[in-house]
Amino acid sequence: MIPFPVLSIITWAPLVGAVLIMFLARHSPLAVRLIALVTTSVSTVLSVFIFVVYDREAAGFQFYEKVALVPPLGISYEIAVDGMSLLMVLLTSVIIFAGVFASWTVKERSQEFYALLLALVTGVYGVFVSLDLFVFFLFYELAVLPMYLLIGIWGSSGEVRPRGIFGWAFRETGVGTKEYAAMKLTLYLLFGSAFILVGIFALYVSAGTGSFSFLELEAATFDARTQFWVFLAFYVGFGILAGIWPLHTWSPDGHASAPTAVSMLHAGVLMKLGAYGVVRVGMGLLPDAAVELAWLVGGIACINVVYGALSAMAQTDLKYVIAYSSVSHMGLVMLGAATLTEAGLNGSVFQMFAHGVMTGLFFALVGLVYEKAHSRAIFTMGGFGRVMPGIATAFTIGGLSSLGLPATSGFVAEILTFMGAWRSAHPWWLVPAVAGTFLTAVYVLRVTKQIFWGPPSPHFDHLEDARGPEWLALVLLTGVIVIFGLMPAIALGPVDTATVPILTRMVKP
Amino acid sequence: MSLRVGSAMVALLVLALPFAAFLLLALVRPLRRSAVAAAVTSITAMVAAVASAFWLSWRAVPRVLLQSPSTTWTWIPADGGPMATVGVMVDEKSMAMCMLVTFVSLMVQLYSWAYLHDEPRTSLGRYYAYHSLFAFSMLGLVLAPTFIQMFVFWELVGLCSYLLIGYWYDRPSAARAAVKAFWITKLGDLGFVAGIVMLWVAAGTFDFWDLFRLANAGALPRDGMPLIMFLIYLGAVGKSAQFPLHVWLPDAMEGPTPVSALIHAATMVTAGVFLVTRAFPLFLLVPDVLTLIAWVGAFTALLAASMACVENDIKRVLAYSTVSQLGYMMAAAGAQSPSAGFNHLLAHGVFKALLFLGAGVVIHIFHTNDVFRMGGLRTQPLVWVPFVLATLALAGVPPLPGFFTKEAILGGVLEAHLTLPFAMLALTAFLTAFYMFRVVFLTFFRPGLGDSHAPHHVPALMSLVCWTLTVFTIASGVAMARQVLSAGHHDDAPAWLPAFSLALAGGGILLAWLMYQRQALDPARLSAALAPLDWAARRRYGIDAVFVGLYRFALLAFARLVGWLDRYVVDGILNVLSAWTLRAGDRARRLQSGQPQDYVYGVAFGVLLLFVLAQWRLR
Amino acid sequence: MSLGAYLTLAAAVFAIGLFGVLTRRNAVGILLGIELMLNAVNINLVAFARFGGDLGGILFTLFTIAITVAEVAVGLAIVIVIFRVRRTVEADHLDLLRG
Repeated sequence: MIPFPVLSIITWAPLVGAVLIMFLARHSPLAVRLIALVTTSVSTVLSVFIFVVYDREAAGFQFYEKVALVPPLGISYEIAVDGMSLLMVLLTSVIIFAGVFASWTVKERSQEFYALLLALVTGVYGVFVSLDLFVFFLFYELAVLPMYLLIGIWGSSGEVRPRGIFGWAFRETGVGTKEYAAMKLTLYLLFGSAFILVGIFALYVSAGTGSFSFLELEAATFDARTQFWVFLAFYVGFGILAGIWPLHTWSPDGHASAPTAVSMLHAGVLMKLGAYGVVRVGMGLLPDAAVELAWLVGGIACINVVYGALSAMAQTDLKYVIAYSSVSHMGLVMLGAATLTEAGLNGSVFQMFAHGVMTGLFFALVGLVYEKAHSRAIFTMGGFGRVMPGIATAFTIGGLSSLGLPATSGFVAEILTFMGAWRSAHPWWLVPAVAGTFLTAVYVLRVTKQIFWGPPSPHFDHLEDARGPEWLALVLLTGVIVIFGLMPAIALGPVDTATVPILTRMVKP
Repeated sequence: MSLRVGSAMVALLVLALPFAAFLLLALVRPLRRSAVAAAVTSITAMVAAVASAFWLSWRAVPRVLLQSPSTTWTWIPADGGPMATVGVMVDEKSMAMCMLVTFVSLMVQLYSWAYLHDEPRTSLGRYYAYHSLFAFSMLGLVLAPTFIQMFVFWELVGLCSYLLIGYWYDRPSAARAAVKAFWITKLGDLGFVAGIVMLWVAAGTFDFWDLFRLANAGALPRDGMPLIMFLIYLGAVGKSAQFPLHVWLPDAMEGPTPVSALIHAATMVTAGVFLVTRAFPLFLLVPDVLTLIAWVGAFTALLAASMACVENDIKRVLAYSTVSQLGYMMAAAGAQSPSAGFNHLLAHGVFKALLFLGAGVVIHIFHTNDVFRMGGLRTQPLVWVPFVLATLALAGVPPLPGFFTKEAILGGVLEAHLTLPFAMLALTAFLTAFYMFRVVFLTFFRPGLGDSHAPHHVPALMSLVCWTLTVFTIASGVAMARQVLSAGHHDDAPAWLPAFSLALAGGGILLAWLMYQRQALDPARLSAALAPLDWAARRRYGIDAVFVGLYRFALLAFARLVGWLDRYVVDGILNVLSAWTLRAGDRARRLQSGQPQDYVYGVAFGVLLLFVLAQWRLR
Repeated sequence: MSLGAYLTLAAAVFAIGLFGVLTRRNAVGILLGIELMLNAVNINLVAFARFGGDLGGILFTLFTIAITVAEVAVGLAIVIVIFRVRRTVEADHLDLLRG
């Protein structure tokens, strides 16, 4: 038994860092970064530690801690990890550790920036480790709210010309500015969280045990009608965060306008929060509704995959390509979950991890390219490979993971999803999934060719490759992609122990 | 240590050597920056790999056959047994391929050192890194004991092809060709992955040996098998450039010539044939699919041969020739003579690589790929003998290997009563001899540029490699001849077949000689006589145009539509809702006039309302 | 005089006062209207005290008068300050709290 509350340390270390930054590091940007680095390192090292130490034989929830907060209402600070959340905690650590380096060059008000970022990360960790639904929701809000400030202040604005019959609305709402993106993202996600809150309370009341604890709610049974509506509420609420079609439009603008580390965190981890919520809370607590509504979850996921890929193909702004790529891959995540098979669900969780790292890498790279070239317009770029070979290589590896090339983690995730899809109650889901792979190959290679290959573009000169701390982020992320691609058993071992119990509770026709 | 375990370890060594070279070159920057060190690393690993493969073939294989030849480890774990395993399968087929891959890789890597001597030092490091990765991937493919491992390495060789075609990535044509190769083969791979997934769901395993056992026991579900095996075959269609996914191979010639020799002649493209051969017990369950394979193979062979006849770029001719020969191999497999196809694969691998490397020599001399700007090398046998010998092998002239293997294929196709495919293949044999000797006469023997210059300096390394391969070709031909003679005549093949195939070859050579050496027949008149065919062949029968059209006008256009819909309709609706909310807010704000009297109005009205309600309620 | 008459008187005065509050432009005029409304309430209270025999009404009236006085004092003070700042006491122009 580990003598110290390791999960609490992992969760709260970033917030401690945020507080320290706000009070102590007023005039020293270097101190800000060092504090951020130290606290995230603590979390990262401990995440790796628990990953290694997790007992796969015993499985289940480990590293358990509980502190009663409001006993009469059944709210307590109850945290633990099982195989699935273990991998998610590791993902968060990897992304924020890389993100700290990727944000090294934030110039104005870096103090507040890092403080908000760290607060956000605490929220994310908290969601993954919470076993009490009330506290889960609190952490969820903590993960969403700083996004407004982060995007609204440190983001970048673009220009969108109003077109179509709804063009008048674009002018009135100020589409394209970072304030618009921040507002849209925050309001949309809060709207979703309203559904989640309603669902949580519905479960609390129906279970009658007077507790918000996940473990107790898991043991309770709910009648079919309750399950149906609550699952729908959770699906819509968490799905908005996961980017399901057609409730995904906050994502492209949000990602494109956000600063680098925020995009990395958002696409890499926050969207996975949504999927995690659907699986953990939706499927974990409401197995019958999950079976009943699998057709909806999977059907929309199929739309996500193909629609997201096609939209990505049409974009001319590099960040938008990656944002739509996230929409597409989140579709794969939801598809794998909807198959309700061992292979599919394992693939779904692994895809959460694989895509998280890959998109974190992409946004870090885009941030670097933007910093050096001051442009995101793909079709003015060309021949960057000659001057920034390191970035080109990292981009290619990320792209290959995105299209599911073996030896990258993306492949394992995708093939498991395919296997699950064919074995599920709706085998035709294999077709859009496989089509999605092809479409991804098209747009990823097209963008890579346009930006990095070919003769040098006349629009740009004085470009340089990644330097110093920037390298660390890239090497870490590409390394994770390749290592988990070559040896997926490292992650799939614990994940499998978590997904099988979820599936055994479901009675499939 | 048992022989099986020992041979598995050596097989792993064969795999590990190029992988180690790749890792070293990829991670250790100084090593990569120095071209010499990079080349040495890569080539050393290859030499060791060749030696190990040799040891394995000679000592291990004959004795391992009875037991299951696979050794596997869990790759993707699951509850109740692994979902996917990886390992090595040491049997005759994989050993033969290992020998081919390691040997030809070594030859090509040595040749590259001289051929690419003018390249910047750092680029060469990258080149050798890719070569090592390719060797590792191809070996992993041929040693694969499971479908999933084969697929993994299948994609990896595709990646290497992409990286090596795009080696000179600042050339737009190379960039386009690399991407095209990836996409076209990916289309085939979609079928492959779908097929193996479906097979897994039906059979519960990816492992070849288990699948063969299930197949023999009749335990595989009858209904889904044709679709499954067809989808798996689609992978071979893409990788082995069968019609209609053959369009990427000619464009792949943008890569350096040694790369074309290795990947697009001897090894990667043969992966499709290897797949069909390896999975043959499963294909036997679906004879309809096999028939389709034979027909498509024969058609591809003829189609490609026709396009080679009008091509002026020496590498493109060889590329079409490869497509054509791959068609031959697939036709053999489809005609249920997989060993005939496989033998042709092995033989073709060596002499096709030699052809490409020989072409590299003339390209090096003339600094052009156009055969009409070459010629006049009659007096330099060191240059033309390897190429001509390889051409004779390709055309099917005894005692060179091409004759025996082609005859075996033709025999197999005839045996399977596939008459039209046989006719197509026979015509292809004639055309092959014709277009190859057209190239030979135009490149070497026609009076031309070569005459006026002093003897050209061909780097010794390049010559050495070419002559080594030549010796090999002759030796294997002689070995085959001896085997055929000692075994007596082939069982069921008709006695007229050898003479027939010889006549086809002879006829083609004669026609080429008449047209291009003797100038007795005017090529222009022949083209005019076959005008529609000539016109179509020069435009590649429009197949490329179809793909380009689909890409630009179907896929990209549809993508733009979807992108437009997303921003201006889906998001538009959201923005409309937002705008309405803002407008509603603006309107509601007018209630707050700021004038107290208006508020008093409101209060008075409210009180009155409450009053009325109260009265109403009390009633 | 009956209770009804007093109540009618109170109602009439209230209505006149309310009318005054709602329609007068001058702020002092509005205050006068408020005065009338408050006095109408007083009439009501006294009438009920007289005819209901409950002294509580009269006590309440005394409270109301005191509060009315305070309110008028504060109100007029505000009007004077507003005049000093904005140079007008017309209700239409005093819309700083407009939404």
